[in-house]
Amino acid sequence: MAIGVKVLKRPDRSVSYVRATLKGMALTFKHMFEPKVTMQYPEEKSTGPDNGMGPWSISDRWRGTHRMLTDEQGRSKCVACGLCPQICPANCIKLVPGEDEQGNRYPLIYEIDEFRCVFCGYCQEVCPEEAIHVGVHFENSEYTRDRFVYDLERLQAQTHPVSTLWDPSDPRGE
Amino acid sequence: MTPEMKGFLLLSVIKMLLVFTVTMIGVALLTLMERKVSAWMQNRRGPNRVGWAGLLQPAADGLKNILKEETFPAQASRILFILAPAMSFVPALLLSAVIPFAAPLPVDFDFTLGPLGRFVHHGLMPMVVADLPIGFLFVLAISSLGVYGIALAGWASNSKYALLGGLRACAQMVSYEVAMGLSLIPVLLMSGSVSFSSIIAQQQTGLWYVAPLSISFFIFLVSGFAETNRLPFDLPEAESELIAGYHTEYSAMKFSFFFIAEYANVVTVSAMVTTLFFGGWDIPGGWDQQGGLLQTLATGAVFFLKVMFWIFVVMWIRWTLPRFRYDQLMALGWKVLMPIALAYIMVVCTTIYVIEHVMGITEPRRESLILFGVNIVLAFLIFGLLDSGIFIKGSIRTREPAVQRPGRAAA
Repeated sequence: MAIGVKVLKRPDRSVSYVRATLKGMALTFKHMFEPKVTMQYPEEKSTGPDNGMGPWSISDRWRGTHRMLTDEQGRSKCVACGLCPQICPANCIKLVPGEDEQGNRYPLIYEIDEFRCVFCGYCQEVCPEEAIHVGVHFENSEYTRDRFVYDLERLQAQTHPVSTLWDPSDPRGE
Repeated sequence: MTPEMKGFLLLSVIKMLLVFTVTMIGVALLTLMERKVSAWMQNRRGPNRVGWAGLLQPAADGLKNILKEETFPAQASRILFILAPAMSFVPALLLSAVIPFAAPLPVDFDFTLGPLGRFVHHGLMPMVVADLPIGFLFVLAISSLGVYGIALAGWASNSKYALLGGLRACAQMVSYEVAMGLSLIPVLLMSGSVSFSSIIAQQQTGLWYVAPLSISFFIFLVSGFAETNRLPFDLPEAESELIAGYHTEYSAMKFSFFFIAEYANVVTVSAMVTTLFFGGWDIPGGWDQQGGLLQTLATGAVFFLKVMFWIFVVMWIRWTLPRFRYDQLMALGWKVLMPIALAYIMVVCTTIYVIEHVMGITEPRRESLILFGVNIVLAFLIFGLLDSGIFIKGSIRTREPAVQRPGRAAA
């Protein structure tokens, strides 16, 4: 006997074979008439926490592709402070700041490379203006790779809900 | 060539085309049915994207397989590698030729077709491509040929997994063929003939053979599962052990051929069970004696339903039971099914002799009923023993390891 091989003593008598088989077949047969659990994906989708999909709803802390919020005039809330490219561990945010005549800073170029992004959500946490957000969103297919570098216009055009992130003072989201 | 021969030839060709088409389409749809049944048993929906309720899924799969690249492993025996799928495919399809699928249809025609000459047919046309007098012997012989394809595939692939799968398939098919053949001898004893037509005729006058020959039916069903190489006997494929077994190295249409062969075998086993033990196209109650086109259609539909039921059972078992271990498989074949089959032949022989020569009963229905009584007793005995696990043991090792390691005894 090899070292340390545990040989299980299986029951030789007083076990059932025929009955166990029939029981198993009854079980599988019963399952044929139970409600199906498959989500019919393109028709049925998990869009957010409260979409009435039961177990398929996705968390409102989901960190998906980004979204830039805008103010009432439709301008980006971003003030080009530079905190998000600073904290970004994947170095995926490209920000070139600009300044208008009143001295308001705004992003001349704001690009996020979603391929590089690790979806940590630090950019949303660090943003003082609550401009950049990670979104509750998971459908990101594109035909070419360069479409995954989201520019400012694209980030503003997104409409999906934004992540609430994890709050250390309220860890259960209550 | 006489006009009668021409008429026979014409009808045979029509039947051949009919049976071949129905078998091929049926087999394609069975792949879908398998996936659907498995899905339902696991609370899923199964394929439902291609066509209505997924009905075009087999067509999509077929198209994909035709377009895929044919790969050949290095050092593979090229000729045998190509030949093997065909060798498992052809026997599987050949078998559909001998199984009667409906009551005989009266066909009368007498016409002349230009240069081809005169075609004549009078009387009943048996609804089977070849009404062979050797009946199920042909099925046993041809179904054994299927293993050549699998063994060759395993050998020609030049792959350890494929070779192991092929070897397993050989051993398994040879083992279970014994039990299968022996389980059919009581059928021969009851009917006095091996031809499918006369077996069905016998079951019409008496009872369906599942009643007087229940144990035979059970053994045939189990060895039938083993012959089709499906779970719980799918040792030749055994994806968790051998990747895909004998067809590991096959791609595209060559793989499809193995797949089609497997499902054609499922159809054949189901049709055999139906024909030998469930009256074939027989509708009980004497209704099917009236003759005519309506009878042929009705019996055909009933045959189809019976076969579909058994196909469903095959799938049902597959998605319920786990795979046998190899020694358990061999033990079941040689130590359980074969002795039971042999003993059962003796019991049936004796009982038939006693019924016919001692008790003097020759009326088939009463004879069947008496045998049925004997079978109920036997079934309780055998299933009781099987259930208690005396025949098949969970483990081979029954004694403790001889040498105790030091330290273990103290603790």
